[in-house]
Amino acid sequence: MVISYREALNQAMREEMRRDDTVFLIGEEVGYYQGAFKVSKGFVEEFGPQRVLDTPITEAGFTGLAVGAAMAGLHPIVELMTFNFGMLAMDQIVNNAAKIRYMSGGQLCAPMVIRGPGSAAHQLAAQHSQSLEAWFSHVPGLKVIAPATPHDAKGLLKSAVRDGNPVIFIEAQLLYATKGEVEEGEYTVPIGVADLKRRGRDVTIVAYSKMLLVAMEAAEALAQQGIESELIDPRTLKPLDLDCIVSSVKKTGRLVIVEEGWRFAGLGAQIAESVYSEAFDYLDAPIVRVTGEDVPMPYSRPLEDAAIPDKERVIAAVKDLVGPR
Amino acid sequence: MDRDDLLSLYRQMLLIRRFEEKSAEMYALAKIAGFLHLYIGEEAVAVGAIAATRPDDYVISAYRDHGHCLARGSDPGKVMAELFGKATGLCKGKGGSMHLIDLEHHFMGGYAIVGGHLPLATGLAFAAQYQRRTDVVLCFFGEGAVPSGQAHEAFNLAALWKLPVVFICENNRYGMGTPVQRAIALYGDVAETARSYGIDAQRVDGMDVLAVRTVSQRVVDQVRAGKGPYFIEAVTYRFMGHSMADPAHGHYRTKEEVDEERKRDPLVLLRNTMLEQHLATDGDFKVMEREIGGIVADAVAFAEASAFPDPKELFTDVYAGD
Repeated sequence: MVISYREALNQAMREEMRRDDTVFLIGEEVGYYQGAFKVSKGFVEEFGPQRVLDTPITEAGFTGLAVGAAMAGLHPIVELMTFNFGMLAMDQIVNNAAKIRYMSGGQLCAPMVIRGPGSAAHQLAAQHSQSLEAWFSHVPGLKVIAPATPHDAKGLLKSAVRDGNPVIFIEAQLLYATKGEVEEGEYTVPIGVADLKRRGRDVTIVAYSKMLLVAMEAAEALAQQGIESELIDPRTLKPLDLDCIVSSVKKTGRLVIVEEGWRFAGLGAQIAESVYSEAFDYLDAPIVRVTGEDVPMPYSRPLEDAAIPDKERVIAAVKDLVGPR
Repeated sequence: MDRDDLLSLYRQMLLIRRFEEKSAEMYALAKIAGFLHLYIGEEAVAVGAIAATRPDDYVISAYRDHGHCLARGSDPGKVMAELFGKATGLCKGKGGSMHLIDLEHHFMGGYAIVGGHLPLATGLAFAAQYQRRTDVVLCFFGEGAVPSGQAHEAFNLAALWKLPVVFICENNRYGMGTPVQRAIALYGDVAETARSYGIDAQRVDGMDVLAVRTVSQRVVDQVRAGKGPYFIEAVTYRFMGHSMADPAHGHYRTKEEVDEERKRDPLVLLRNTMLEQHLATDGDFKVMEREIGGIVADAVAFAEASAFPDPKELFTDVYAGD
């Protein structure tokens, strides 16, 4: 069955809310407006306003309410209209949700999902175009997921709801309309398991979320030029499936990491460090990172394009790394 | 309230008082480290309010939390062991003074970011409402949290959704060293902040445990009946410094002021009431002193004798299944 990423999220939440009445959806415009990006279309009609809660524009307040509800045994799904607004809830996410299990010596926990779009869309400018996965991945107690396909979005969101930990689930505005095959009937995708999207001998490319689509296009173009890329989507950023990446690097000897986030202290820096620790002797060349530029996102189209990795930059990075064929 | 009720309130306040004094002593001996915020002077608020709760009600507090935890019925030995960082502590030594948590007694913490636990309180209350239970939440915080954004977001949501939560502001008149007059625009009537969100509010003498108890019982019953949140401003005073890092008086308040406030010590007030009304004798209080002294000494002995956490505990409780 081919459905959109948006529909995949909708199905995942709908199935989980039908399965377990402790699961509820809370956020700005999730109810009668059907979600700012129409992800929760039909929810308030099916589940009622008690389980599909429209909130005032107070991210700290409603995220904190969800953390408290999770501590009391419920399973909230918090929709952040975008992760940019999630910064207002960082105290609740980092100080309460992530730490309560540890601080309480295992007495309490915050089983919940905090989801919404991250990264740039089209010319939304500096405050609405940020990839903040490195912030969340830094924090012990959080899991971080950034699915690229409808299949993974559905299966991972269902796993996230059932996980028992606070899970940061980062979508992308430009992915909502993308389509892909999903399994018929109920399925889950395990958290912490990468997906090998393409096999190749010359170079390993790691890319996630929207950048996976960019990397796939690049890999196809490179294949036509005789360069075979092995493409890995980690899907889960924390915990990271390092084994999958390392075993690929041991085969190809070369690694390119593509991420939309800022370069300095970005997620790719961590992936690179982990691979250097585990597979240094197998590397034929230094690891290469293709990243967003270290600037606030500009509004102007050509400047925005220049700030975000694209197919051409990935192709150039790979060719530079692999050398003449 | 009869004699037994009053003696019970006094006993709980005395336990907190002696426990806190012993904690200060243990801090001086370096048995306790980190930040240690004592509840001395404010006992009537926790004891009076928590006396109005049922076992299934939730209580949540800020970082000056020993009093609420003990008033909720937690084992003083486990509390002291937590302060010592021992494996037998309430939180296996991982929480410490500012993060006491005791799920068995529905004491949900223990939070050290000012204002940050008020949204949690609304969530605990939301869960009760969502599951059609009749428990309520008592959320304690200092007046320093009142102007914080998270407090306002919590007030608004609680009022909007008629959540069963009692906000109890312990107005001890100083946010660390800053007096309310320099921190809160409506310092003359802190409860007005809550009223502006449509939350009923009342001020009570936080040194008078009977007054706190009476108001709390009425408020808890009302909130339990589904009338929405309530805000109690308990005017109180801390006799010690903000934490063990500062003296009881210094640059920000005078010795004279502290001495004056100490005349309204909540324990003395209740004891005098009971003696005047012939509900207790000096002998009763002496017996109680001995009993509480023994409990606190046992708590210290338990904490002393307990082991530090196994190094492997460093990596447990980070995620489910650890």
